[in-house]
Amino acid sequence: MLKDITLGQFFPGSSPIHRLDPRVKLVLVVLLVVLIFSAKNIFAFSFLVLGVISLVLLSQISVKVVLKAIRPILILMLFTAIINLFWTKGTGDPIFALGFIKVWREGLVNALFMVLRIVSLVTGTSILLTYTTSPIALTDALERLLKPLKVIKVPVHEFAMMMTIALRFIPTLLEETDKIINAQKARGASLDKGNLIDKVKAFVPVLIPLFISAFRRADELACAMECRCYRGDEGRTRMKVLKMGEIDYLSIVVFLVFTAVLFFLNTLPTSISVR
Amino acid sequence: MSEMIRLDNVCFDYEADEHPDSCQGIIKNISLSIEKGTFVALLGHNGSGKSTLAKLMNGILLPNSGKVTVEGIDTADEERIWDIRRRVGMVFQNPDNQIVATTVEEDVAFGPENLGIEPSEIRRRVDKALESVHMSEYKTHSPSQLSGGQKQRIAIAGILAMEPECILFDESTAMLDPHGREEVMAQIMRLRREGMTVVLITHYMNEAVFADRVIVVNDGEIALDDTPAKVFSQVETLRSLGLDVPQVTHLAHLLAEDGYGIRRDLLFEDEAYGELSALLKK
Ligand SMILES: Nc1ncnc2c1ncn2[C@@H]1O[C@H](COP(=O)(O)OP(=O)(O)O)[C@@H](O)[C@H]1O
Ligand SMILES: [Mg+2]
Repeated sequence: MLKDITLGQFFPGSSPIHRLDPRVKLVLVVLLVVLIFSAKNIFAFSFLVLGVISLVLLSQISVKVVLKAIRPILILMLFTAIINLFWTKGTGDPIFALGFIKVWREGLVNALFMVLRIVSLVTGTSILLTYTTSPIALTDALERLLKPLKVIKVPVHEFAMMMTIALRFIPTLLEETDKIINAQKARGASLDKGNLIDKVKAFVPVLIPLFISAFRRADELACAMECRCYRGDEGRTRMKVLKMGEIDYLSIVVFLVFTAVLFFLNTLPTSISVR
Repeated sequence: MSEMIRLDNVCFDYEADEHPDSCQGIIKNISLSIEKGTFVALLGHNGSGKSTLAKLMNGILLPNSGKVTVEGIDTADEERIWDIRRRVGMVFQNPDNQIVATTVEEDVAFGPENLGIEPSEIRRRVDKALESVHMSEYKTHSPSQLSGGQKQRIAIAGILAMEPECILFDESTAMLDPHGREEVMAQIMRLRREGMTVVLITHYMNEAVFADRVIVVNDGEIALDDTPAKVFSQVETLRSLGLDVPQVTHLAHLLAEDGYGIRRDLLFEDEAYGELSALLKK
């Protein structure tokens, strides 16, 4: 009944985007976000959209899946568009006026660009990260990237370990929840009847055994980890060493060129630009 | 033969602070020596202290008094505790609660990674350990896709990758179906053939009969310590300790009680077959 959600949104594959070093992907995503917010005029925006489309094509993720990611934020997009449309005061005459509602040309441009930004943001991050990187690779990459923070006593390794164990145990605990629900139902518990308070109350007999079992599991797991010589990250090595390859360097170069072109396009004179 | 694990007058209690000098806790003054390469079965009713004893053997617990040594290293020696845990691995009952990572190979690599071994050497050990438990093809699987027996084999591979001298199995077959139990027992028998020291805690007498030596623990004390044949032929004593005997031994015991001239130390079906057919021919 409950599917393996540890993979999250990840679609395993072997596209060039899948094969990128997760650390490179993380850094590029952050830079991409900055880039998306630096686009200023119609040329830069067109170029940005072109870039995002090529990302989608490179990743071999179907357009349907990408559209699915955009669907939940449609409302947000609509809201942003409306705000920009009606609240942007332009110079000159409004192109549309009805009583106190006035729409300027600038408002129209702003609304369009904001929507483009949101779409690029969601598509870019999901293609570069969630769809093409397994959560565990992400955790790993984060641990390695944030390693310098250990100097200022940020427990980077501990957080990464917690993430890994959480990812490992989510399916186990979901399966267990399922079993407990069925066991309580077999005893005559009705878990989905009545008002909200009844439902919450009905869940107590599910949550208590689940918590007790989770604590027992934690205790046993800690013991098993000690038996396997776990002592934090002191002296710990890893089997898989992340190593940057040609494709990583190439993608960095492509990204830098892309950035340069975008900033150049930003300087081109046009009337269709963000104010 | 040299000594793998040695306990000298070991006393242990989880609440030792309350009466520090008494030796009336969970483990009561146990002395014991396990030779290298032997297969020891540890029996006892629930709560008799088997798990506690096992955890004393690899320094997860430290004795309140007395001394535990692993190949001559005192488990109380903090500097060498990792050396001890590497040598004496432990496989637990619940396969789910001892797998740490989200893929099979990452999990097997966990032990060697903690020991700070070179990445290429970890790779070699992981491949070798997975091969020896016949799980190589599941390398990249997620543990939640595996059966109980397969998970337990992964747990064994995770210990093997540390290249231990001795493995303690704490009821590692108890939660498995008959097929899974067979898988795990086959691994244990193979390890023993390859010279590994094995301590097997179990409630299944038909697993204990394969051991070189059976130790019965009762309320923190060693009640019996002998070969399986000698231990299991004492049916009444075992009964009073809350333990079963293997079916074959039980049958022989009943027949002998009835006055038939049959050996009481039978363990295996083919042995019993020989005895019985001789008896019937008379
Ligand atoms: N962590 C603990 N804290 C306190 N008491 C414990 C703990 N673990 C086990 N015990 C107690 O120690 C006794 C022996 O337990 P254990 O060694 O697990 O027995 P066995 O494995 O033979 O069933 C039991 O009475 C149990 O209640
Ligand atoms: Mg136990």
